[in-house]
This record gives sequence, C-alpha cells and structure tokens, in this order.
Amino acid sequence: MSDTIAMVDIFIMGKRYTVPETLTIMNAMEYAGYQLKRGCGCRAGFCGACATVYRIAGDYELKVGLACQTKVEDGMYLAQIPFFPGRKAYYDLEEIKPSVAHFAQLYPEVYRCLGCSSCTKVCPQDIDVMQYIAYIQRGDFAKAADISFDCLMCGLCVSRCPVNIVHYNAALTARRLYSRYIARPDAFLAERTRAIEEGKFDAEIGVLVSANQEKLQKLYDNREIEK
Amino acid sequence: MAYTPRLKELMKKVEESRASRVGINYPRMSPDERRAVLQKFHPDFIEDGFRKIKVGVNKGARLPYEMADVFEAWSRLRDVKLDLQAKPAYDVDILIIGGGGAGASAALEATAAGANVMIATKLRFGDANTMMAQGGIQAADKENDTPAIHYLDVVGGGRFENVPELARALVMDAPLVIKWLEAMGTMFDKKEDGTMITIHGGGTSRKRMHAARDYTGAEIMRTLRDEVLNKGITVVEFSPAVEVILDDQGCAAGAVLYNLETEQYLIARAKTVILATGGSGRLHYRGFPTSNHYGATADGLVIGYRAGAKTIYADSIQYHPTGGAYPPQLLGLLVTEKTRALGATPLNINGEQFVYHLETRDVESSAIICECAERKLGVPLPTGITAVWLDSPLIELTHGEGTIERQLPAMLRQFHRFDVDIRKEPMLIYPTLHYQNGGLLIDENGLSNVENLYVAGETAGGIHGTNRLMGNSLLDIIVFGRRAGRDAAAKSKEMPVPEGLNLGHVDSYHRELEETGAADGRVSPILLPHYTHR
Ligand SMILES: Cc1cc2nc3c(=O)[nH]c(=O)nc-3n(C[C@H](O)[C@H](O)[C@H](O)COP(=O)(O)OP(=O)(O)OC[C@H]3O[C@@H](n4cnc5c(N)ncnc54)[C@H](O)[C@@H]3O)c2cc1C
Ligand code: FES
Repeated sequence: MSDTIAMVDIFIMGKRYTVPETLTIMNAMEYAGYQLKRGCGCRAGFCGACATVYRIAGDYELKVGLACQTKVEDGMYLAQIPFFPGRKAYYDLEEIKPSVAHFAQLYPEVYRCLGCSSCTKVCPQDIDVMQYIAYIQRGDFAKAADISFDCLMCGLCVSRCPVNIVHYNAALTARRLYSRYIARPDAFLAERTRAIEEGKFDAEIGVLVSANQEKLQKLYDNREIEK
Repeated sequence: MAYTPRLKELMKKVEESRASRVGINYPRMSPDERRAVLQKFHPDFIEDGFRKIKVGVNKGARLPYEMADVFEAWSRLRDVKLDLQAKPAYDVDILIIGGGGAGASAALEATAAGANVMIATKLRFGDANTMMAQGGIQAADKENDTPAIHYLDVVGGGRFENVPELARALVMDAPLVIKWLEAMGTMFDKKEDGTMITIHGGGTSRKRMHAARDYTGAEIMRTLRDEVLNKGITVVEFSPAVEVILDDQGCAAGAVLYNLETEQYLIARAKTVILATGGSGRLHYRGFPTSNHYGATADGLVIGYRAGAKTIYADSIQYHPTGGAYPPQLLGLLVTEKTRALGATPLNINGEQFVYHLETRDVESSAIICECAERKLGVPLPTGITAVWLDSPLIELTHGEGTIERQLPAMLRQFHRFDVDIRKEPMLIYPTLHYQNGGLLIDENGLSNVENLYVAGETAGGIHGTNRLMGNSLLDIIVFGRRAGRDAAAKSKEMPVPEGLNLGHVDSYHRELEETGAADGRVSPILLPHYTHR
C-alpha cells in the first residue's frame, strides 16, 4: 500500500489553493502562504481563537469548525471569524447572587431565547448550548455550569443567534456564580491559609531553605510517599 | 485521518501482545541507568544543540542554538526613528507585557493595590500557554501535607538547583493562591462538602494536584480574564512589546509596542514594567514539535536580556514524553500525563514495552528517543518521522470499558476528530518541546536585576531549578504574578513619572553585535513563528 498524500483544492476567502489533504484548515492556510495574526492561538483546540465558517462546493449548507481541529476537504470554501463583537456584562462577583433577578440585569437577552437550537447545532465542542441557556433561565446555575464547562468561548454560537445572546459570556458568569456561591468552600483550605499567614510553617520551611544539598537529598530520598 | 493500511498492519503487533501485558509492570530504571539514558539522549545534554552567546550580560553562557539565534539578533527598531520624548501613546503606573496567567494575576493584584495598570499582549488576551494546561495545579492544603513537604518535592524534582527563596515563596503562597482562585469563582473539582479533590502528579509525595476536569488552565485563565475585564483594566491586544525602554537612571520605564495590524510602533511609558510573555516552545529547539501556543517565541527573554536582565538555566528545556506524532494534525500536541497514569504504556514497533511508563518526564523522553534513534525500533510514519505506540486500549482492559470516556474526554475528542478511536486503537507519540525550566532571574518579589523591571511566569527562572514538576507552573505564574503586581504597585506609588526615556541599551547591544559579528541578518523578537510554505 502506498502512503503518498493526495492534494485537494480549497478556497480561502474565494481564492483557490491546492493543498495536501492531510492538513488542518489552519495548516492549509499557512501552506497557502498566509502568515496568521488573528485566528490562531493554542493550535490545539483549547482557546477558541480559530472559529471558521465553510461550505463544500455543491452544497448549500454552511458548516463551522475550529481551524486547528478540522481537516480540509476538497472543494471547501472557507473564511475565518477573527473577531466577533459580542457583549460582556461587567459585574462585581461580590455584589451579585446566583438568582434569576441578578442574572436578568446582566444578560436580559438570555430570556429572549426562541429555542431554535442554532447555537447547539453550531458548537464545535458538542455542548448543548440551548440547554444551558434554559438552565440559566430557570436559575439552575449548577446544571448550567456543569454542561457548559467545556466551552472554548470561540463565539460561533453567538454568530448564529437570532436574538443576540452572548452564550459563552453568560455561561462563564453562571460558572463563576456557581463556584462562588453554590459549591461549598473548602473548609480545611481556609484553616491552612490562616496558619500560613500566622507564620505557623515559617520555622519548618526555614530549616529546609538553609539546608545544604546533601541534607536535602537525604530527606528527599527518604520521604514518605502517600499511597 | 485514520491510520493508513500500513500502520494498521503494524498495529497488529500491539494487539497481539496486549493480553500478555495486562497487569505486568515493566521494571523501573536504576539511578545509574537513568543517568546514562539522560546523558546520551536528553536534548539538554547533547552538546551540539548548544552554543555560547557572545553578547549581553551573560556573555559566554550556554544556550540552545535556536535561543542563541534570537539573543544574537538585531532589534526590530534598528532602522526605526522613534521620538521617545514625545507624549507617549500610553502612560501608566505599571505596564504588564503578556496576557497569560501571570500577566492577568499581576494586573489584578496591582489594581487592588490602587495602581493604574495596563496589559499589552501579542495575540488575544488569554491566547497563552496558560489556556492549554490540562493536568492541574499543586498546593499543600491537606492535613497530611505541609508547605515543607511540598518544598522537598519541588527541589528534589528540580535536581536541587532551585533558588531556595523562590521555591519557598512558591510553596508558602500555594494554598493562598488556591483560596484566591476559589473565591474568584474558579470551578475546581470538589466533593459535595466543598473539599477539593486532589491527586498525585509526577514527583509528588502527597496528593496535592488540584484540577478543573481536564481544562484546568483554561478554567483558571478564563476566570482571571473575566475578572480583569470586570475591573476595567486596560487591555491592548495584538500589540506585542518589541523593546523595553529605560529612563535616564537605567531603570525600566516602559516599552515600545508594535501594532500587528497597522504595523505602527507605539510608546508605552510606565513607572514599572512586568514581563510576563511566557515560554519559547515555538523556537522548536533541535527541530522538536511543541505543545506550546502560537505566541511562545521567547520575546520576553530577548527584550529583557537586551535591557540587562540576567538569565538562569536558560539552557534547561522540558520535553514532554508524550506529544502527538500521528495523525499529522496532532503533531506536537500534548497527550496528557494522565494517559500514562491510567496505565497506557509505550511500545516499540514489535509491540514490546521498552521503558517503565511512569519514569520522570526527562527520563521517559530520553528512553523514547533512544528507542527510535539508537535501537531503531520506532514506528516509521508516512510523514517521514518515527514514533512509538502508546497503548491506550490497555487502559480500558485494565480499568474497564468507559474509563477513557470518563477520565480523558479531551483526549478522546481530539483524536476522534481525526478518526482515531483511542479506546480501540493505540496512539502514536514522540517527545514534544513543552516548557522552559529557566528564564530571567528574579527575586522573591519578581524583580530582576534591572531596577523596576519585573518578570513573572514562564519567562522567569530559578524557581524550578532545571526540572519543573507538573502542576507547579500554573502555581508559579500566579504566585509570582501576584507578588510582582503587589510590589510594583507599592513601588509605583512612591515614584515620580520617569524621565529621559531612551533605548541606549539597545544601541550598546548593537555595538556588541557589530564587534562580534554575531547577529548575521537576524532580527528579534520574532513575535510570530514562520510556518508559511512548509
Ligand atoms: C499544553 C500544555 C499543558 C500544560 N499543562 C500544565 C499543567 O497541567 N500544570 C502546570 O502547572 N503547568 C502546565 N503547563 C505549563 C503552564 O501552562 C505554563 O507554563 C504557564 O501557563 C505559563 O504562563 P505564563 O503566564 O507565564 O505564560 P502564557 O500563559 O504563555 O502567557 C504569555 C502571554 O504573553 C503573550 N506574549 C508573548 N510575547 C509577547 C510580547 N512580545 N508582547 C506582549 N505579549 C506577549 C502571549 O501571547 C501570551 O498571551 C502546560 C503547558 C502547556 C503548553
Ligand atoms: S487555535 Fe486555539 S482552538 Fe484553534
């Protein structure tokens, strides 16, 4: 079997380029000669910088994907969305509570959701976006936080929303509200930080800081390892 | 990109031997064996990958070739006329260069202390290595653990080469950092009663790795970023710093920023400057692929060094043993350590294990390089490189079906996107350039040897000696980001606005380059890697 790599034709903002079929959209743009400035961050599916809209020749359907995580296809017409002017609400986490009333002041558009599901269909992380918006509407911030967690904030959901919801920002606020007010604080952590601030560990650590390498090596080699 | 027929053929060897490998532990190396494989195969020890630099404060220091190349290079401002006495485009107390975790933490603390702060960053705010960290963040906040126990792990891991005061600051601040993040609404993995769930990481003697599923860095970064924006802190994106500016006393007093889109140079004046530009994986030392984000090009090291800041252990680089090798779209991408922790083992072309799967990162990487380069038992890939298998299906066989889906969702998703099902098919991996252990030397407040020039995060060095443990970097960027932010704020309060802004240090650096002929035609910082026409 031969392992030679086939070439495909893609159209970057309407211009044709012939590229190896193994490339991601991002690598293909570079192969074609683009020096990326916008639309490129982690290159590994974590940052959401590279949202891309495309269509395959002969098909009417618009598709979306992350340029760094989507392979090119023959006849792909594509363009990146380098920036989307989505709104963020500014708030003081200490002044708000996980309540529908507070949330409605920050993101009133959330309550205008038409239930069209465009956001869910478009999410490259396969998150049920419309469902977490529904949870937010109901004030169930724990569930909203849970199912929105893998969001990369790429903005594709926002680009398709007919009522201009900025889902990813709403979800982030929901997760912060959940983590701050609904999840319980770690009790021992508070105790430990107090002890550190009171200087309770200063002496013990001081001994190690001034120890020579030989002594440290011995302590290290003989240290007990939690099972 | 599913595996090719030829790879599928080779994969049969792995499948054939799998049943016989369940529950069998490959022997660990002895200390002598570990030393030997490191010396012979770890890139840090391969002398022709290094050279001594001819210019600057650490003249004569050993640096990786590719790093020496950006150190021995002309400033981007060599032929640019700038009026440094004109009214600056930005005028602040504290200029933070780099919008990753370190920069964001510094900005929050400095703002809380009453300073007027701005962040200038190269890409979008949060397009950073911080966003990519999956595994976790360490802190001694359990009853069976103390900062001292954490300290021993840090310095033992760091080959006892850490600066003691920096390692102390790291471990003593650690629980405070977790508390700070918790109060900010970071969604850590917790039990019902609020107790943080913590696990082991490579080289830990206590279970102190805190995580937010397998998006720990992303969760921390997006929370910090949201808070920075909530506080109304000025953030200027797509505007990398290309040179630090000094004042007439030789103290840092701002930076020249470059608007990537309009290609204009802009002056930012500040009483103090914090460099937080992250790592250097995109320099691709020795041709290695990297797990780092697009902007990790050592810019802060370069401009800090030109301004006179000293380096420490800049020649110490961490290679992560399990970088993606195939499908080609995943080249260099990090396969999280958790994959091996769950029991996936590296195998050669014959389907045989050749190294214990949980040696330290440096040793594991060296053993994989040895298997391919010397023993010639790597798997040849259609892309022209060699790799080894990482037998992920073994996880399902050992811990039961569904383990991968539950424990490694990001990995499963990533390989699935390119038609590899890691529950059924083994992965193909090779070491990837992951982390810069050293950097610019700082003190406990993040201050470099240049007055008013702070450094925080991966750009700084000394904290981890010559080998950083997993989970201590996310920690360090926040510990030293906060410390730098606080100290810079206190200092800025007592200071007048700097005067006599100049780039005299760049001129002297150029003179050294001319005398030594070291620069060739190179210009740095490079800002963006060049991948066009590959
Ligand atoms: C894939 C991956 C997984 C990791 N996993 C873990 C883990 O599990 N646990 C752990 O502790 N550590 C982990 N690390 C390491 C850790 O994430 C990083 O070391 C750390 O986040 C670096 O933070 P930073 O703020 O110093 O730099 P970064 O987060 O990289 O931020 C630097 C910022 O500066 C910007 N910048 C660069 N040059 C300039 C310039 N000239 N001017 C202005 N801005 C500039 C960059 O664009 C970026 O936004 C991982 C790293 C990677 C890459
Ligand atoms: S570049 Fe970060 S998700 Fe694609």
